[in-house]
Amino acid sequence: MSRSVIENATKRTGKRHRLDKPELLAPAGNLEKLKFAVHYGADAVYIGGQKYGLRSNADNFSFEEMREGGEFAAKYGAKVFVATNIYAHQEDLDGIAEYLKQLEDAGIAAIIAADPAIVETAQKYAPKLEVHLSTQQSTMNWQAVRFWKEEGLPRVVLARETTMDEIREIKHQVDVELEVFIHGAMCSSVSGRCVLSNHFTDRDSNRGGCCQSCRWKYDLHADEESVMEQGQNPFTMGSKDLCMIQHIPDLIDAGVDSFKIEGRMKSIHYVASVVNAYRQAIDAYMADPEGYRLKPEWVDEIGKAANRPLNTGFFYSVPGSGEHIYEAEEKPAPYDFAAIVTDYDESTGMATVQQRSPFRPGMEVEFIGPGGRQFAQKVGDLTDVEGGPLSVARHPLQKVRLKTEHPVFPLDLMRKCIK
Amino acid sequence: MERYIQAGATAVLIGESRFGMRQPADIVASDLNEAVRIAHSLGAKAYVNMNKLFRNDELPYLPEYLSAVREAQADAIVFGDPAVLMNVRQYAPELAWHWNAEMTGTNSATASYWGRRGAARAVVARELNEEEIVDLKAKAGMEVQIQVHGMTNIYHSHRNLLQSYLEHLGREATLIRKGPDKGLFLVEAERPDEKFPVYEDDNGTHVMSPDDICLLEALPELIEAGVDCLYVESLLKTEQYNETVLRGYRAALDDWQRDSKEYRFNPHLLADIQALQNPNRELGFGFLYKEQVY
Repeated sequence: MSRSVIENATKRTGKRHRLDKPELLAPAGNLEKLKFAVHYGADAVYIGGQKYGLRSNADNFSFEEMREGGEFAAKYGAKVFVATNIYAHQEDLDGIAEYLKQLEDAGIAAIIAADPAIVETAQKYAPKLEVHLSTQQSTMNWQAVRFWKEEGLPRVVLARETTMDEIREIKHQVDVELEVFIHGAMCSSVSGRCVLSNHFTDRDSNRGGCCQSCRWKYDLHADEESVMEQGQNPFTMGSKDLCMIQHIPDLIDAGVDSFKIEGRMKSIHYVASVVNAYRQAIDAYMADPEGYRLKPEWVDEIGKAANRPLNTGFFYSVPGSGEHIYEAEEKPAPYDFAAIVTDYDESTGMATVQQRSPFRPGMEVEFIGPGGRQFAQKVGDLTDVEGGPLSVARHPLQKVRLKTEHPVFPLDLMRKCIK
Repeated sequence: MERYIQAGATAVLIGESRFGMRQPADIVASDLNEAVRIAHSLGAKAYVNMNKLFRNDELPYLPEYLSAVREAQADAIVFGDPAVLMNVRQYAPELAWHWNAEMTGTNSATASYWGRRGAARAVVARELNEEEIVDLKAKAGMEVQIQVHGMTNIYHSHRNLLQSYLEHLGREATLIRKGPDKGLFLVEAERPDEKFPVYEDDNGTHVMSPDDICLLEALPELIEAGVDCLYVESLLKTEQYNETVLRGYRAALDDWQRDSKEYRFNPHLLADIQALQNPNRELGFGFLYKEQVY
């Protein structure tokens, strides 16, 4: 079929599965992170349940927490997806149907699945759940995408190896929602095609046991000799993290429907900052494509939360020597999460915050809120909620009062600069 | 190929790197006719490997290649990318196919999912243990193939990790040959005795296991489980080694078939393999008797 025929057909039916505005999809490692992700602008969040997810160490959701998360998200018009993205073994098969029915009952909008055993079980036993094909299926061409569409899946999460041109072609060829990773840590292998963990530690990477052996140090030998000379860095497969903040218009124009941020194990501060930056970029472009300009604040905002060097993955070229981490370990992010704002008194300009890491008078801090609200100040006098003076906010979850130079709102974050 | 059939293989997997990954050598499309004819004349089946993950710009070559495979009268194709299935349906619906998604073929429900879409056989992950293989075979309702000998791929990337690293070191890229290579390996800092073969080709970077699976002693259990095909991986081995391995498994299978009740493991067959085994690479049972956690 020629291009024009397809385009005309599309115009005629007007039913091309393209979301009006691309969805910003954020990770939520627990209920609190879910609330921050949604509050800072995620249109949807993905979480892990107690079973069948690839983050067996994460603080995964109970069904009760899923319900509460779903209700919170619904107030913002946001959806909750559950990752059920393992490759199941025989012992995992019993119970999939029951689990998926419980997800359906808990009001989950979609599951993200890789294993056809789970895809099919959901379609049969939990038909109200949408099934999104996980990136673990390594789908990177339009005919494979068409196969999954014909199998009844409304959305395919593309392999991280897919290039911008390939995405454009896939969207052109197949009328299905496309989701791509735009930010976060990446497998350097084709997703799912790595069992280093299984070999090194008997931990099954495709069932959530990955011990990140790709980031370990190796000596590369050629003909019995190491290629490394004195003082040089060892070999590693570890990739820099993905960051597409500078390329939002390209992604939207290519037809990406859902922009996915990686990181169910990341902190509240990380999720809030990254979501905040992408939310503003997407909204700005959708509001005025012609007048769109990348704001340096968005890039800075991501830099304040990121702890690994960043790159653009496979979108524009095959990652080369500049896209891998050979140097010594990653650096800590330049800012650390210090507190959550719980209340603000306009008449006195006093904020009440909940401590998340110690801070004291004199420290340089920043307050951030959704939509890019942000200001820096020095911490002044601190008191407890009864007004008693404090020399330091020492205790986790301790409620503390301090004066802020501008109004703040509940769920704003305070972060401290690490010098 | 002829030597392997003469050593006892009843089927061979052939192909080229444009469509199949990790082939020990390329048998290009124009040679498929001849190769399949020879295999058939020696009484063996010939399967064509198409286990790559394809990109958009490679898709146009699939119909033509499938025609070549069909004309060559290959007995089946082997793949894991659904794009190949889309082309089979359209251009070669009568062609038999085996589903092989490498590490991700881990359960019977998924095997039969592909079986209901036409797969004659499921090739299952090397990371399964015996209990899982037995249960999978009992429930899949189709032919099941497992690997019984040789190295396994444990990591595959579309990145050119070796070239990138050499560039980082400021070394000549020519230091490293492209394609399956016996001279390159990785050593992890805390495991100096394990050497992981690694190589780069047009399909990216491949890291292979530091030891070789050898399930010769477990054959009776696997046959009783009903496993239909026992695969010997020949990659990065000498022809002499592979012939010895095939002769060993052939002899054991023949012994079993003659009289399964009186069958005893013949240690000489294993000794013959051990005599040629690279001392840096242990022969082991792979994941056959392992419990994994996650």
